[in-house]
Amino acid sequence: MTGEIVLSAIVPVHPHPLLVPEKNEGWGLLRQAFTTLRQRIIDSGAETIIIYSTTWPNIIGHQLLADPNPKWTFVDADFHDLGSLPYDFQVDTNLTHAWHNANERRGLSSRTVNYHGFPVDVGSVVSVSLLNPDNRFKVAIVSSNIYANRSETLVLSKACLDAVKESGKKVAVICAMSLSNRMFTEFIEPNEDRIHSLKDDEWNRKILELLEKGRLEDIAQLSRQIHSQIRVQKVVSFKPMWFLSGVNGQTNNLKGEVLAYEALHGAGGAVVLLTPTENSAGDKEYDEDDAEVFSGDRSVLEGIEDRGVTTTTATSNEDDSNKDTAAINSQSAPKPVGAYPHARKVGDLLYLSGVGSRTPDTDEIPGGPCRDENGISLDYDIAAQTHMCIENVKRVLESAGSSLEKVQDITVFLIDMDRDFATFNQVYSEYFVDIKPTRTTLAINALPTPIAVELKVIASF
Amino acid sequence: MAPHPPHLVYADNPVQNEPKSECGWESLRWAYERMRANLDEADYDVIVILSPHWQTYVGTHFLGLPNFKSKSVDPIFPNLFRFDYDIDIDVELSRMIHDEAQADGMVVKMMENPDFRVDYGTIVSCHLTRPQWDKPVVCISSNRANAYYSVEVMQEMAAQLGRATSRAIEKSGKRALLLASNSLSHRHFITEPEIPEDMSAEHITSHHLYLWDMKLIEMMKQGKTKEIFDIMPEFTEQAVSESDGGGFSWILSALDFPTYPAIVHGYGTIIGTGNAVVEWPAEAAANAEVALRGD
Repeated sequence: MTGEIVLSAIVPVHPHPLLVPEKNEGWGLLRQAFTTLRQRIIDSGAETIIIYSTTWPNIIGHQLLADPNPKWTFVDADFHDLGSLPYDFQVDTNLTHAWHNANERRGLSSRTVNYHGFPVDVGSVVSVSLLNPDNRFKVAIVSSNIYANRSETLVLSKACLDAVKESGKKVAVICAMSLSNRMFTEFIEPNEDRIHSLKDDEWNRKILELLEKGRLEDIAQLSRQIHSQIRVQKVVSFKPMWFLSGVNGQTNNLKGEVLAYEALHGAGGAVVLLTPTENSAGDKEYDEDDAEVFSGDRSVLEGIEDRGVTTTTATSNEDDSNKDTAAINSQSAPKPVGAYPHARKVGDLLYLSGVGSRTPDTDEIPGGPCRDENGISLDYDIAAQTHMCIENVKRVLESAGSSLEKVQDITVFLIDMDRDFATFNQVYSEYFVDIKPTRTTLAINALPTPIAVELKVIASF
Repeated sequence: MAPHPPHLVYADNPVQNEPKSECGWESLRWAYERMRANLDEADYDVIVILSPHWQTYVGTHFLGLPNFKSKSVDPIFPNLFRFDYDIDIDVELSRMIHDEAQADGMVVKMMENPDFRVDYGTIVSCHLTRPQWDKPVVCISSNRANAYYSVEVMQEMAAQLGRATSRAIEKSGKRALLLASNSLSHRHFITEPEIPEDMSAEHITSHHLYLWDMKLIEMMKQGKTKEIFDIMPEFTEQAVSESDGGGFSWILSALDFPTYPAIVHGYGTIIGTGNAVVEWPAEAAANAEVALRGD
C-alpha cells in the first residue's frame, strides 16, 4: 500500500500556549486549537507526524532526528521564566532513514542525528507536547537549512513524499512556524500582547484568507514577498510554505481551516489545518523550475564528494554542435562493473547503461544468483530480481533528474526466456502498465554477474 | 577575543567531550595555548563572556544561578561536540552588570531556570581559555534585536552594555577576564568532509573575506579599535561577520577602546569561517595609561 499525506497543518513555535495558556485569552485559544488539531490528526488515521521546524536552523545540508526516543528538558532562550518543557517521544526511525536515503537520491546533503541529549528545538517540542502528549503517534523531524532556496526546499519536500509513499503509512505534516515573526523587543505583560504592527497583522490576515481557501501553492509563490514584508531578516525565511506545498504536490487542491490566529509576544501565531481535496480553488501559474533533483553548486570543498550523485560534464567531440553530454553516476545504485557511467545525458534524453539486479552497497542478488562460482546453474527467483532491477533503474533515473514515468524505451535481456519470461512480464507490468515505453526482449547466453535479467533504458527529462 | 568553534574542542580531545579526533585546526589551538600561557601569568577572579549562541530577542539576559551542570550537544555539529559541562556562575557580578545595564535603560533579565542548558559557544570559549574550569563565569546573552534595529543601533546598544559591564566590574573590585566569543568573517561551508579533521579541506570560504579579516587584525595590532568600531557595520555586512552578535563591539567598549596593540595569538579558518585569538593584556593597558599621564 502506498503511503500518503492525509493532513497538513501550520502551528506556532512559541511556548506560551503550552506553558501559560491561562495568562492570555489568545494563548488559551491557541492551546484549544492545538487540541482540536490533535483530534483531527487522530480522526485522519495518521500514524506518524512529520515536523518541519523553522526553529531548528541548520547550515550543513538537512538533518533528520533519528534518536528513537529523544528525552530531555528544554528551556527557551528568551522565555525561560515561563517554565521548563520536558519531552519524551518516539521517532519513526524507519521513515526517517527512508527520508534520508531519498534526500541523497535526490542530490541533497543529508544526515541523521542520533545522539542522546541532542537539543530538540522549541517549535518541535511545543508541537510534540501539544499534538502528541500520549505518544500515540511516532514523529519525524527535519531541520530548516538557512541557506536553502526554493528549489532545494522543494526537492526536500519531494524526498519526504518519496519516503512517505514508500512507508505505506498515513502521515500528518506539521510546519512549526510563525506568520509574522517580529516580536516585541521589550518585556510585556500578558494582557498587553498584540500583533507587533498593523502591517504585520494585515499580511497575516491575507495569508490566512488564502490558506482558508486552500490556496497553499499560491502562498508558496508569495513566500519571498511575505518574507521581505513581515519576517525578521536572518531568521529562517518563509520557506516552510515551499516545503508544505511541495509535500502536497504544489497545488491549491486543499481545504483550509483556520483554527486560531493570535499574537505571541508580538509575532503572529496561527493553527491552520489543510486537508487534500479535489477541485478546490484555482490553479497555479509559476515560472520557476520544478526541480526533481537538487543540483545546485553549493559544494565548496574541492575534491569532496558527499552527495548521492556525481555528474561530470563533457563536450562532445563527435560533431561541431554545442550539445553537451554529461556522464552521471548514482551512489544509490549498484556500482558499474566496468569503465562506464550509470547514465549519460545527451540533449533531452538520458541513456542508461545496462542495469542489473544487484543490491546497492552489498551487491547481493535478491532471490539468489543464477549460477555459482563454478558456473553451475542455481535456482533463483526471477520476480525478486526483476523488482530489484527496476528499482535500480528508478534510482539511476531519479539521481539524474528523470523518473520511471519518463522512460521511453526498454531493452530487456533474459538469460532463460522459457523459464522466466512470464514471471518477468508480470512484475514488469506492475511498474510500466500505465507508462507504456516501447520494449524489446532478448534471450542471451549470460550476463557479466550471476544475474538473470538486465534492462537497457532510454528516458526523457 | 575567544572564538567558539566546537571543532577546536573536538580536536583537543578533552575528557569531557565524547567524540574523539586525530588532529586538526592546530594553528588556532596553538593560538589558544599561547593565550592560556599568558593568562596563567595573570591574576583574575572571574571570566565574563558574551556568546552569540545564547540568542535572545527580548533584551539581554544573564545566567543567574550558582551552577549549571549538564551535557551540551552542538545542534549543527553533534558529531563533533557532546560535552559534559559543570560551570560555576558569579551570580553576584552577573546581577551587578544586570543592574548597571538596567539603570542605564537597557532591557535585561536574569535567567534563573535550573533546567536551562548553557549554550555551546560559551562552553567552547571557556574551555579553550581555561580548561581547568576553576574560575566562576558571568554569561551574557547575545541580544538579537539586531534583526529589528539597524546595525548601528545595535552596535550602540552593545557599547552601552560594554560600559555597564566595565562599571560593574570596577564596583565589584574583582579582576575580570572578558571574552568575546566570536569569529571574524562567518560564511560557512555548507558541506563537511567525511573526516571532519581533514585539513586538506579547510580554507577560507572566499578571498574577500580573508582580506576583511586581515584588515581587522591589522587594525587590532595597531590599536585602532575606535576605527574598527566605526567600520564595524560595513565589516559585519561584507564579511557576514559574527560581530552581528554584539560581542566584538561589547568587548571593545568595555575595554574603553584600547589604543595599545593587541596580541594576535593566531588566525585560522574553521569550516570556512575566519577566526582569530586576540588578547588585550591588562598590563599593556596600564602601561598605556602611564604613558598617557607621562609618569
